Amino acid sequence: MISMSLALIWLGVIAFIVIMYVILDGFTLGIGLLFPWIQDSEDRNTMISTVLPIWDGNETWLVFAGAALYAGFPHAFGALMTVLYLPLMILLVGLLLRGVSFEFMHKATPSTVHIWEKCFFMGSCMAVIAQGIFVSNYVQGFLLNSSTGQIEAHHWLTGFNLFCVVALLIGYTLLGSARLIKKTSGALQEKLFQISGKLQWFLLIALVCLGIFSPLHNEALKLWFILHGSLFMYLFVLIVIFLMSLHVYAIKKRLETIPFVALIGIFIIAYIGFGLNNLPYIVPYQLTFMQAKADDSALKLMLCGVVVLLPVLLFYTAYAYRIFGGKVDASKKISY
Amino acid sequence: MTLLTPLFLSRLQFAVTMSTHIIFPAFSIGLLSFLAFMEGAWLKTKNPVYYQIIRFWTKVFALTFGMGVVSGIVMEFQLGTNWAGFSERIGSVLGPLFIYEVMTAFFVEAGFVGILIFGWDRVGPKLHYAATIMVTLGTLVSAYWILSANSWMQHPIAYAMADDKYVATDWLAIMFNPFNLPRYLHMVLAAWLSTSFVIISISAYYLYRNKYIDFAKKCLRFAVVAVMILIPIQIFIGDTVGVNVYKEQPIKTAAIEGIWDTAKGAPTLLFAIPSNKYQKNFFEIGSIPHGSAILNTHTYDGELIGLKTVPPDDQPEVWMVFFAFRIMAALGTFMLGYAVLATWMLAKNKLYTCKPMLYASQFLAPIGFIALFTGWITAEVGRQPWAVYGLIRTAEAVSNVSMHSVLVGFVLIFVVYAVIFGGFYFYFLDKTIKKGPADFDSDVDAIQPFGFLGANANKGETK
Repeated sequence: MISMSLALIWLGVIAFIVIMYVILDGFTLGIGLLFPWIQDSEDRNTMISTVLPIWDGNETWLVFAGAALYAGFPHAFGALMTVLYLPLMILLVGLLLRGVSFEFMHKATPSTVHIWEKCFFMGSCMAVIAQGIFVSNYVQGFLLNSSTGQIEAHHWLTGFNLFCVVALLIGYTLLGSARLIKKTSGALQEKLFQISGKLQWFLLIALVCLGIFSPLHNEALKLWFILHGSLFMYLFVLIVIFLMSLHVYAIKKRLETIPFVALIGIFIIAYIGFGLNNLPYIVPYQLTFMQAKADDSALKLMLCGVVVLLPVLLFYTAYAYRIFGGKVDASKKISY
Repeated sequence: MTLLTPLFLSRLQFAVTMSTHIIFPAFSIGLLSFLAFMEGAWLKTKNPVYYQIIRFWTKVFALTFGMGVVSGIVMEFQLGTNWAGFSERIGSVLGPLFIYEVMTAFFVEAGFVGILIFGWDRVGPKLHYAATIMVTLGTLVSAYWILSANSWMQHPIAYAMADDKYVATDWLAIMFNPFNLPRYLHMVLAAWLSTSFVIISISAYYLYRNKYIDFAKKCLRFAVVAVMILIPIQIFIGDTVGVNVYKEQPIKTAAIEGIWDTAKGAPTLLFAIPSNKYQKNFFEIGSIPHGSAILNTHTYDGELIGLKTVPPDDQPEVWMVFFAFRIMAALGTFMLGYAVLATWMLAKNKLYTCKPMLYASQFLAPIGFIALFTGWITAEVGRQPWAVYGLIRTAEAVSNVSMHSVLVGFVLIFVVYAVIFGGFYFYFLDKTIKKGPADFDSDVDAIQPFGFLGANANKGETK
């Protein structure tokens, strides 16, 4: 019983870490995804400035997520990383290209800075595409190859895979735009409002499709939605509709904070909706969390640390955010 | 071992990514400790040259730190992608060490590094200094955790087996493995020494050209004194590490010394070409009698067990370990010699003006890093064929992934690493050095050392 509680709590910790990563790096990656729409170098410089002091911290949540999975459910870590080998390589290389572009953009001459802007865009794209593939595979679940005994993924080129990738691209772009709206002003902010205004309809379509197609690809969702008609699921749908409407309204009225909050809400709801229903599987449908979990003494040791250190690190992270709070002045280029 | 197997490629990939990655955190550790000293000096003396030093070296640091972060993520996930066999079996032991590293070090670094680099005009000088200290501490704590994980791989203790997996039986013993402390100190000093030689090299570059003279003099003096203090300590700690290796990993010691047959009072070989295939050395040159015995056992007639006491399958690639160690030791000796010479010249007030010395010193930038790299080759290749010494073989640790996947991943990583780290990192580093600390030249600073922070932040270099 204690074993299961420890493992469940740690699963909750991982869930928290992952959603933190998705939101924080979501809006950071979203900046790169916006580059095709915003070509002006000054504007791009301003956009980058909104995350320069915090992007490393945002990416650290991914490091935390990986470590937490590795330490808490080593068997699942091994299984997931190998079965998603190539998407993971794409993620790592994408993050690498995105990360170095921050530094190189800053140091490049005006005539060569466009190389690193393209690199920033490409790296962000690669990272988001990879994450879309993870999501889609996690929703669909994995297969067991009866002859080799190996866990395998569904074929990579399926409609659902493509769909998840596109949905995540749109979602992160909107998240990026929403945060930028908070941090910018003037002509750039207006451009962003317009982009969000157009893109949000695609997110709406994506969410509707997600609602329709996911239960077809996921056993648990099928159970909730189609067979049981669970009240919870309908509640989720209502909340998403409400949040989406809030976003549309806020963009129309040029409100600065609500789009970001609404999108965070949508991401959290979608995340809970997809994440929770796979229990007790941590590698759906091959490995349960009890099968994959680490030894109890390891879990206890880590939970002790997390209980103390997580609030502390949240505090000074928030403090650092506050130091760099407020609008980014387009005329004052951030430098060191 | 044939080349195109997932095992070989995974090992090669790990070697490439690990060797690249280690440079950046090591350089970051050194730069941060240097910045901590310099910023303290600036706050105390208000001498504007110190401000110039901090702002310039922060640029070098910022470029380096980002590289370390992105290459570090690759290391973490590689444990899952390519070494799932390893991760699944020792996850319960090493996992918590990584979690603590993330929580007590990575987040600390990440949380405060933004203030350090970008916060000049956002926070007061004391808070900025606190941020510098926090990031510095973060890197030092980070090194401890990762070394403790590696030390467990070298010298596994306090474990039990449950099914096929390893579990810890005494966490304090694992976290404070006595095998670890000398290795940790050896690594930190290596980081400090490597960085010092970069500082020496760049300072010499400026002094040789009569540029940024005050700036370069202060940096050079600090680095030379640092090396003079650190290298004797490093050699002593290195000896301690060596003796520990002799006690716990005698086959690795045999590989380091190129000793195939057990021998009392074994000699030190200056040069040889060890052959795993023929289980002997060719072209042994320069033998110092009783050398290995003295170095490893601190006794004249100490016994070193030979490589041939274990089957060839249990032996590491001896030539790699043998030469890597010699290169590291030779560089360490060179550093000591250089330190003595440079310190003497400094004391005689000749260092800043001796053109030959300055000219030669320009080329010293990589020597610390080469020593660091070869030291790690000694440690890690010397541990082979074990991933966890005596318990899990590297061959068992590899993931069950298709050759196609591993090959594609490897090519992608190799190309990107070569271009970005091998190429552009050095290109931009070179650019930063050539530009120099010009933007932070200061007569104004002498008058109002803190108030001008806001003004200078805009005046500073943008593109």
